[in-house]
Amino acid sequence: MRITCPLCGARDRREFTYYGASVYADRPAEGAAPEVWDDYLHLRDNPAGEITDLWYHELGCSAWIEVTRNTVTHAISATRLLADRATPTKKGARS
Amino acid sequence: MRIAGKGLVDRNTPVGFRFDGKDYTGFQGDTLASALLASGVRVFGRSFKYHRPRGVMTAGSEEPCALVTIGRGAAQVPNVRATVQEIHAALDARGQNAWPSVNVDLMAMNDLFSPFFSAGFYYKTFMWPRKFWESLYEPAIRRAAGLGALSRKHNEDHYEKAYAFCDLLVVGSGPAGLMAALAAGRAGADVILAEEDHVMGGRLLAEMQEVAGQPGADWAAGVLAELATMPNVRLMTRTSITGAYDGGTFGALERVGLHLARPPMDLPQECFWRIVAKRAILATGAHERPIAFPNNDRPGVMMAGAVRAYLNRFGVAPGQTVAVFGNNDDAHRTVRDLKAAGVKVSALIDVREEATAPDGATLHAGAQVVDTVGRKGLREVVIADRSGQITRIPCDCLAISGGWNPALHLACHMNGRPVWREEIAAFVPQPGMVPGLAVAGAANGTFSTQACLAEGLEAAKAALSELGRKAKAVDLPQAEDGAYRLRAFWEVRGGKHRAWLDFSNDVTTKDVRLAAQENYRSVEHMKRYTTQGMAPDQGKNSNVAALAVLADATGRGIPETGITTFRPPYVPISVAALGAGGQGAGFAPQRFTTSHQASVERGAPMVEAGLWYRPSYFPRPGDQSWLDACNREVGFVRDRVGVCDVSTLGKIDIQGADAGRFLDLVYTNTFSTLKPGRVRYGLMLREDGMVMDDGTTACLAEGHYLMTTTTAAAGQVMRHLDFVAQAHCPAWDVHMISATEQWAQFAVAGPLARELLNTLLEEPVDGDTVPFLGVAPVRVMGVAGRLFRISFSGELGYEIAVPARYGAALYRDLVARAENLGGGAYGMEALNVLRIEKGFITHAEIHGRVTAFDIGLQGMVSAKKDCIGKGASTRPGLSGPEREQMVGLKPVPGSKSIGAGAHLFDEGAEPVRVNDQGYVTSVCWSPTLNSHLGLGFLINGRARIGTRVRLVDHLRKTDVICEVVHPVFFDPEGGRARG
Repeated sequence: MRITCPLCGARDRREFTYYGASVYADRPAEGAAPEVWDDYLHLRDNPAGEITDLWYHELGCSAWIEVTRNTVTHAISATRLLADRATPTKKGARS
Repeated sequence: MRIAGKGLVDRNTPVGFRFDGKDYTGFQGDTLASALLASGVRVFGRSFKYHRPRGVMTAGSEEPCALVTIGRGAAQVPNVRATVQEIHAALDARGQNAWPSVNVDLMAMNDLFSPFFSAGFYYKTFMWPRKFWESLYEPAIRRAAGLGALSRKHNEDHYEKAYAFCDLLVVGSGPAGLMAALAAGRAGADVILAEEDHVMGGRLLAEMQEVAGQPGADWAAGVLAELATMPNVRLMTRTSITGAYDGGTFGALERVGLHLARPPMDLPQECFWRIVAKRAILATGAHERPIAFPNNDRPGVMMAGAVRAYLNRFGVAPGQTVAVFGNNDDAHRTVRDLKAAGVKVSALIDVREEATAPDGATLHAGAQVVDTVGRKGLREVVIADRSGQITRIPCDCLAISGGWNPALHLACHMNGRPVWREEIAAFVPQPGMVPGLAVAGAANGTFSTQACLAEGLEAAKAALSELGRKAKAVDLPQAEDGAYRLRAFWEVRGGKHRAWLDFSNDVTTKDVRLAAQENYRSVEHMKRYTTQGMAPDQGKNSNVAALAVLADATGRGIPETGITTFRPPYVPISVAALGAGGQGAGFAPQRFTTSHQASVERGAPMVEAGLWYRPSYFPRPGDQSWLDACNREVGFVRDRVGVCDVSTLGKIDIQGADAGRFLDLVYTNTFSTLKPGRVRYGLMLREDGMVMDDGTTACLAEGHYLMTTTTAAAGQVMRHLDFVAQAHCPAWDVHMISATEQWAQFAVAGPLARELLNTLLEEPVDGDTVPFLGVAPVRVMGVAGRLFRISFSGELGYEIAVPARYGAALYRDLVARAENLGGGAYGMEALNVLRIEKGFITHAEIHGRVTAFDIGLQGMVSAKKDCIGKGASTRPGLSGPEREQMVGLKPVPGSKSIGAGAHLFDEGAEPVRVNDQGYVTSVCWSPTLNSHLGLGFLINGRARIGTRVRLVDHLRKTDVICEVVHPVFFDPEGGRARG
């Protein structure tokens, strides 16, 4: 398996550490309810198809990367730096 | 029998070798199979289950029968295919699964009991009593069945692994593969041509055919000579591509030293390659398939294509009188080649009534072989014609052909399903089954040489176009372009003897029909019930025929019956090659501190701490045990001074205008208020609210911090900090890098610590220049370093850091000075006792399931700011009296020693799971307090300080009453460290 690091190019997957679905980067707001935290920490989709997950280029440039891949075909359709994504609206903010 | 003047082996270079204790001679270029056949050897081994004598059936890596053991002792390698192993002067091969020898095998009595050994026999017969299965039945069955055995000795042989990259990987060097490699090579692409045989050319070496007006082997040699001159083409012989994986990655096994009598010392036996190819062309040819007929497993029954390979390539006639049995025109080619070479052909038996006889052959059209005779070697075959008329035909070799199955395995490794093509009665690959891989030639179901050449060329052109390269002109040579006609024919029905499908695992047509009868109708179920296709050949010789029999038995067509899943590896791979470099010290990287040599010289046993090695204790003459050394080291740290290498702790250098803000986010407590020159203890949570790590962080200057982590969690913390920075605050000005290996750092601890340091610091320090939890730049004998006033022992303590290249010298100097002051070096045992006495936590306590509340540090979670893990740590159930809370445990005086892992119970309660009140995480003998001490977690523990609990260790048979105490056993006010 090869992963294209946006900084280093195509590399063997052994250089990377897998870290689960990319929704883990969407941290709830401070003071969010326990249910929001449980959802964020524990609940994940398990699609047969496209999934976006987190990989850390640990034996490379230390970049965290969002990898979009297909769980059926294993094809990787996109990679980008986690730092390059737009900051999502925080869930569970209390007004 | 060798035929004069025929074949491609080097008749001028004889090579001696041994088989089953006898000396033989072959020629350079021979395989073990060809050399033994030339010497008249017929029995190569015994079969898996029935111990039937078996010969050689094929001339390739798919060989199911001629499996031998090579070498002796630790170097013994079982199940080597004699058709692949090249002969050399040191070759010492033996037949397998026979006792005492392949010619006289007492286990052959199994064959007499064969009616009992049908599919599922073991499951049905040895059901009762149940407990006898593991202890009695299975070991006995396993002894009687099976193939070769391992030596059970440590393998000292050298194996390697390697990586390669290319534009185009061409798998197989027959007409299609050579054409593809030539076209891509001339176009300048970076090409790897991999061939599992030791000579390139594929079927061109085995057939009497012309390509471009010259013998096929000569044409191949010409192409190879041109390819060899191209710097952009790598020719890899003896290399089997074993699997197709994601991202254009292919596994490959290269036999590097296995064919050499005296391989150079640095040459591995085998090398496992991972080849990354932008495009690949699969030109692996096809496997000829046997026909199932009664007693079709006798030595001398052989694939027709293999007979031609031995004849044309090796100059060996596998028999003196050969009969041919087939269902297709290819079988006729065998008759022609044999007769041209002067070998007697006694009959051509073709199941097709419409078949016409080649020149001068005795044709039995529409006839079938219904039995064979000759236990240790074929003597005659019995045939029945259309009317049932029986004829006995003398022959010592029967060449059989049931047609050809494309070797499409690699194309199916990513779960692509092949499709059935009726006119060739075979499965063929579909386009796109492996991204970037095209199939050409016989592997694609294209059987004429002319069409193979054309497909190879076209596949290369397509790949070059996808690679953005222009193809150069390559002429398509002229070659044989005959039609391949066959009538699907799988088994001769009605015989009373067994007819083999899977020769390697002794699976017969009867077994497959039995499976269907017992409702194992799915091809995957049939496979597992009968073990068909599960031997070293992985069904290459039997899969299609077996599912044809299953289809017939279940009244379905072959496409509806389907085929089992193709999985890597394509050929057997030795585990030693897969795990090359991973034995012994190669299993995991080793990290050594700068003081390693000095510790070893002092006789310290080194213990693993993650990947690091650290000294356990420093023995001195007269010590009775490690405990004497440990007690001494604890003693001099408490009374005098000790030195310990703490470089293994993670050091992360963090800089930037937002660095303080960043630390506030990752630590529970506040760091943005920390002034330059000050150090603070910090607690780090995971996002789920559990404690991740702890350590000190020093503010070296405005916007410049140095974080220390525990040795165990250094990698995890680095990963975590990078994640938080890149996920949650990518716009902040904060940058970090690990500096663990750049600095050597030594703890100097004890009442005389300052006195010691001031003997070597250029500027002496006192309690004001570097106060408790302070940090300052210092110079040590001309070297710029850092001095931290921190303590993991509870004593007056410093940690002095210098660039790693000075670490070895500084450590020796510090230890010598400490010894002059009545102290010395201390190791991990003493370090652990010192911290337990002080109630300092390690990952024994913060093991991933404890909260800040559990370890009594809930006060460190700042209410004024957010931090990672704070939100989740406030969830219900993560604090309160129901939690197991950290406490100290002190056995009542006179108790036995206690061990970590013991569980806690109420006094008087039965020590069973439902009464469990907690557990012990760390223990030691404290020479300071003259008592065993323990740290552990107890339900509502902090409220129970002053009470007693029962500590029970069922494994070590310990049952001790302990007093529950505050976890800081020694100097609870902390005056010694601050002093």
